[in-house]
Amino acid sequence: MANDPVIEVRDLIVELKGNRVLNGVTLDVYRGEILGFVGASGAGKSVLTRTILGLLPKQAGRIDVFGVNLDEAGEMQRQEIERRWGILFQQGALFSSLTVGENIEFPIREYLDVSDRLMTEIAITKLEMVGLKPDVYRKFPSELSGGMIKRVALARALALDPEILFLDEPTSGLDPISAGDFDQLILTLQQVSSMAVFMVTHDLDSLHTICDRIAVLGDGKIIEAGTMDTMLASQHPWLRAYFHGVRARAGMQAAARN
Amino acid sequence: MTAGILLSSQTRGDWVELSAAGSWTAEYASAIEPQVDAATRGVTARSIAINIARIDYLDTYGAWLIERTLRNWINQGREARLVGLREDYRGLFDKVHVGTQTLSAPPPKANSIVATLESVGRTMATVGTDLMLLAQMLGSLMVAFKRVALRPTTFRFTSMVHQLERVGWRAVPIILLITVLIGAILAQQGIFHFRKFGADIYVIDMVGVLVLREIGVLIVCIMVAGRSGSSYTAELGAMRMREEIDALRTMGFDPIEVLVLPRILALIIAVPILTFLGSMAALYGGGLVSWLYGGIQPEVFLARLREAVTSTTFEVGMIKAPFMALVIGVVACVEGLQVQGSAESLGEKTTNSVVKSIFLVIVLDGVFAMFFASIGM
Repeated sequence: MANDPVIEVRDLIVELKGNRVLNGVTLDVYRGEILGFVGASGAGKSVLTRTILGLLPKQAGRIDVFGVNLDEAGEMQRQEIERRWGILFQQGALFSSLTVGENIEFPIREYLDVSDRLMTEIAITKLEMVGLKPDVYRKFPSELSGGMIKRVALARALALDPEILFLDEPTSGLDPISAGDFDQLILTLQQVSSMAVFMVTHDLDSLHTICDRIAVLGDGKIIEAGTMDTMLASQHPWLRAYFHGVRARAGMQAAARN
Repeated sequence: MTAGILLSSQTRGDWVELSAAGSWTAEYASAIEPQVDAATRGVTARSIAINIARIDYLDTYGAWLIERTLRNWINQGREARLVGLREDYRGLFDKVHVGTQTLSAPPPKANSIVATLESVGRTMATVGTDLMLLAQMLGSLMVAFKRVALRPTTFRFTSMVHQLERVGWRAVPIILLITVLIGAILAQQGIFHFRKFGADIYVIDMVGVLVLREIGVLIVCIMVAGRSGSSYTAELGAMRMREEIDALRTMGFDPIEVLVLPRILALIIAVPILTFLGSMAALYGGGLVSWLYGGIQPEVFLARLREAVTSTTFEVGMIKAPFMALVIGVVACVEGLQVQGSAESLGEKTTNSVVKSIFLVIVLDGVFAMFFASIGM
């Protein structure tokens, strides 16, 4: 695991409708790691993610992605960066008017000048990599179950072989077995491509099983960032409540049994 | 970084080895693909290996291009293998290798004539179901009305007053604005054309009869269908999507009685009032234009109007209003309760609600015209 950060966030301040949601967030995401990002509901996890992705404006601070300051990046540079990251939205955000295949091919068609044959083959390869049958290729998102939509959305996020993968609560809404499978899928895909994964999650099992590092957001700042052991050793009241609560203990016992 | 290259062959014993180098990534895929095809076309040996030890970067695209080449050779009955696979790329190759790529053939395209006929048939069937659903809703509405009439305390009076404010009171400004304009336009067009025959004065007859009998109620109903009908559909549809209607049902309430009845009654009260206001506004607009554009003094306008229009003319317009309100309300609520889980379905039903209610309002207007003609009104 090389130790150069792919995302550097420094002293980020974001206000929404006069409310200061993020008040000086400083966070690094390193190449080849899976970073679990937790925080109470409403603490601003989505706000941070969306600010990094450029969907929300920031008031102060700087964000560097692949060593490029996003404020100074020109349009071409910005596109280049967007080509190198993939995002899995919570509800999948598949384009409902396109088939699964067209959804996955959409970024490929826009960014790369590859032949139609290769594009189809890559789309099917991606589908098979996320554990779906090739026949899903011709279906429409409305014909798929929730778990399949997440997998297709993951295939689309991976379409350009990104170096950073953003996951917004990837296991929410899945049953525990599917959630566990999905965790393992993310882990194997991450190992295969050695991309950085930035995962917003509430799932303690995911944090235990696949995250290399965990960052905790509270009061608009990063309270703590480090490995699971750091989290468990922390004396911060919210962290104690989160990682030593009833559900956390049950999760840990389960993890220990595995 | 340099684009990936597949160097030409090198013979090692009975094996021909092709060696790949550079970056085999998505960025260069469009350049690599033709190179791979070109390099492999010339190879005629029975046993071939691809050496990838000198590849700098590899992703799914590069891995698939290599895998595809190997598969082609194997399918041709040759021997093919991969050499020089680095440990960190093993996982990627395994993933790509297990892919079957078996995509079933696309379903055959239907004959276009058959497809058209099918769609016509389906539409006709839908018309049938729609009529049945309307009748069903009308029936449940009657039942709910009877139940409420027997026990008036159960009626959701607050809800009805709230709806009355939304579909009645708040619609007044826009209805007045539009009907004034319509009245003015009718008068202007009438004067412009009637003047050629020196028949300016008959514009008042035309505006008076047309507005009170037909245009007033029609314009108001079209506006109400677009404004309030669509909001009923969207509201009920959203409630269905969030399972609020199921929640009501499980608590032992009839959604028709709780949600639909107050809404439709509010419309039945509001539309006649709006029709009256709209008709008056249209006459006002007509009078104003007759005066300013046609030079017909207001006193003349009023005197002529009194001769041209009888109370029957006014009654014909007003009688239609509550029935049209019922049609708009029933269609809106039927469509709203038809909404399925998705947001697309909500949008589709809202559009349907407006289109169908406007259509039915106009059909009903035609039926009324025949009815009134036959009873001599």
